[in-house]
Amino acid sequence: MNGAELIGTERIGTEPIVVANRLRKVFPGPTKDDPVIAVDEVSFELYPNECLAIVGESGSGKTTVARMLVGLETVTEGELTVRGDSRTKGVKNLADRRRWAREVQYVFQDPYSSLNGRQRIGDIVGTSVGLHVGAGVTRREVQDRALGILDSVGLGQSFAEKYPHQLSGGQRQRVAIARALAADPAVIVLDEAVAALDVSIQAQILNLLSDIRAERDVSYLFISHDLAVVNQISERMIVMEQGRVVDAGVTAELLADPQHPYTRSLRAAVPRPGWKPVRRERLAS
Amino acid sequence: MTEPLLMLDDVRATLRLRGGHQTLLDGVSFEIHAGEALGLVGESGSGKSLTTRAITRMLDPAFRVSGEIAFDGTSVLAMNQAALRRYRSTDVGMIFQDPRAHVNPVHRVGDFLTEALVRERGVDRREAERRAVVLLDEVGVRNPEQRLRQYPHELSGGLLQRVMIASVLLAEPKLILADEPTTALDVTAQSDVMAILDEQRRARGLALLFITHDLELAAACCDRLAVMYAGEIVEQGAHVYHAPTHPYTVELLGARPSIDQRVDRLPVLRYDRETHELLKAEAS
Ligand SMILES: Nc1ncnc2c1ncn2[C@@H]1O[C@H](COP(=O)(O)OP(=O)(O)OP(=O)(O)O)[C@@H](O)[C@H]1O
Ligand SMILES: Nc1ncnc2c1ncn2[C@@H]1O[C@H](COP(=O)(O)OP(=O)(O)OP(=O)(O)O)[C@@H](O)[C@H]1O
Ligand SMILES: [Mg+2]
Ligand SMILES: [Mg+2]
Repeated sequence: MNGAELIGTERIGTEPIVVANRLRKVFPGPTKDDPVIAVDEVSFELYPNECLAIVGESGSGKTTVARMLVGLETVTEGELTVRGDSRTKGVKNLADRRRWAREVQYVFQDPYSSLNGRQRIGDIVGTSVGLHVGAGVTRREVQDRALGILDSVGLGQSFAEKYPHQLSGGQRQRVAIARALAADPAVIVLDEAVAALDVSIQAQILNLLSDIRAERDVSYLFISHDLAVVNQISERMIVMEQGRVVDAGVTAELLADPQHPYTRSLRAAVPRPGWKPVRRERLAS
Repeated sequence: MTEPLLMLDDVRATLRLRGGHQTLLDGVSFEIHAGEALGLVGESGSGKSLTTRAITRMLDPAFRVSGEIAFDGTSVLAMNQAALRRYRSTDVGMIFQDPRAHVNPVHRVGDFLTEALVRERGVDRREAERRAVVLLDEVGVRNPEQRLRQYPHELSGGLLQRVMIASVLLAEPKLILADEPTTALDVTAQSDVMAILDEQRRARGLALLFITHDLELAAACCDRLAVMYAGEIVEQGAHVYHAPTHPYTVELLGARPSIDQRVDRLPVLRYDRETHELLKAEAS
């Protein structure tokens, strides 16, 4: 386990591939004087060949961090670099966009709106294969590659001909994962990417992600609220609450003995035998 | 025994393809009584969402549907347009798997939540907004007044999912079809939402069809479970969680990653429809 060896060490000689330093994102609110502070002084590093998990309550800013990293959202304040290149300014042109896409791929939280409804599944994945293969590669080879990747996420050949609306929720999510893998990037941001999958397919995808990491260098920024999944896939994790990082550390240690109240409440609310749903105490206001 | 609120009997949905037919729902039968919750679990692509669409007659017109679907004794497949409209707007509430694909992006959250109450029930707008704020707060959305003035794209995935849940609860239907209503929520918010659905079941006799991938969650919140595989219900009843008899269910229960333990490889399973055998396979 490559990534595991890096845990907790000073990582002397390894440069992080992604660095976020006191990132902030402020959205204009519905009225002038209540802006939404979605991300507030968030700092983290993502190293080559590691999986860093971001967990946190709904609305805590996880997706906004991811969107800034892939250039879909501008950075209000702070610094965000990929291999030392600043991403703070956002994408300026098509060449930038292509270069960024080769480095960082993003599996969206809601795959339906992120897939082009008029493109067949095979073409969606094929286009992404085309991002990293050279000009010498034939159309046929690109197609074969796309089919192979679809197969690895449990979608057989017949799916290549289908359109996104003809797929189930979990099948679409797997198309989004296949598209990201096809570009063969250095960093993949997975935003709730396995949430809509049953345990068996989920296991297949998690195994696939770790196989890819065993074969070559790839880093995952893995956004999830499923602590069991986070425990399986990540070496380190950060916990966000209301835009801020409130807890961070080695995943196994943090989960075994959660210190922060929010991390603790997360652990306590995981359904298990004998568990019953209860309402949280609401603040009197 | 009283009449079930919802009854499906041998429901089939077939798609005509170039070279023949594809049966995507293959004889689905179950019942849900008032105040009862049925959990529907099963592998991705097995037909869970199609089942909910069949119940509301929202399947793509390319599908041919046969069998019987009855709500409160009335055949859904035989309803005329007016009856169907009433059935969809007042009898059943639907929480969709992909909320973003089901909201109008140019309507504010407040309009989305209150529209049906104001238009269909003649509730005063201010009163409708007040109720919406109460419900948003109950499902754990902070600053609900502010949220009403925002657009869907300004909401995170989990916030939007809770807006959906609130909108269904506002309409006070007799049956809720909840298609993975908590997938975008963290476990604490999930606990809130499920507790509210539980309360409503007891207080108003609300019936629930609850689709989820989380067997623990389904077992904790439902009276009975039904397990779907490749368009068929392979097993159902109150026993499913504690004493599953079908090999697919048995394996499903053992396949979940654990929060305490990390394994080298997670088990992947394949159930063969033809031989009814389970093939344990590793991802290649
Ligand atoms: N375009 C926008 N305009 C205004 N507010 C926004 C916008 N996008 C996000 N927000 C707000 O920023 C906050 C963080 O949202 P974000 O989507 O990052 O949360 P998240 O942690 O991904 O939550 P979830 O787990 O529910 O997906 C939320 O309060 C959200 O409403
Ligand atoms: N409009 C359609 N045209 C053709 N095939 C379809 C259509 N809608 C769904 N299907 C197919 O029907 C099968 C069942 O789909 P359904 O959406 O019901 O699955 P599901 O059980 O909800 O899965 P998931 O857990 O992934 O959401 C899938 O294989 C899907 O590809
Ligand atoms: Mg999000
Ligand atoms: Mg579905």
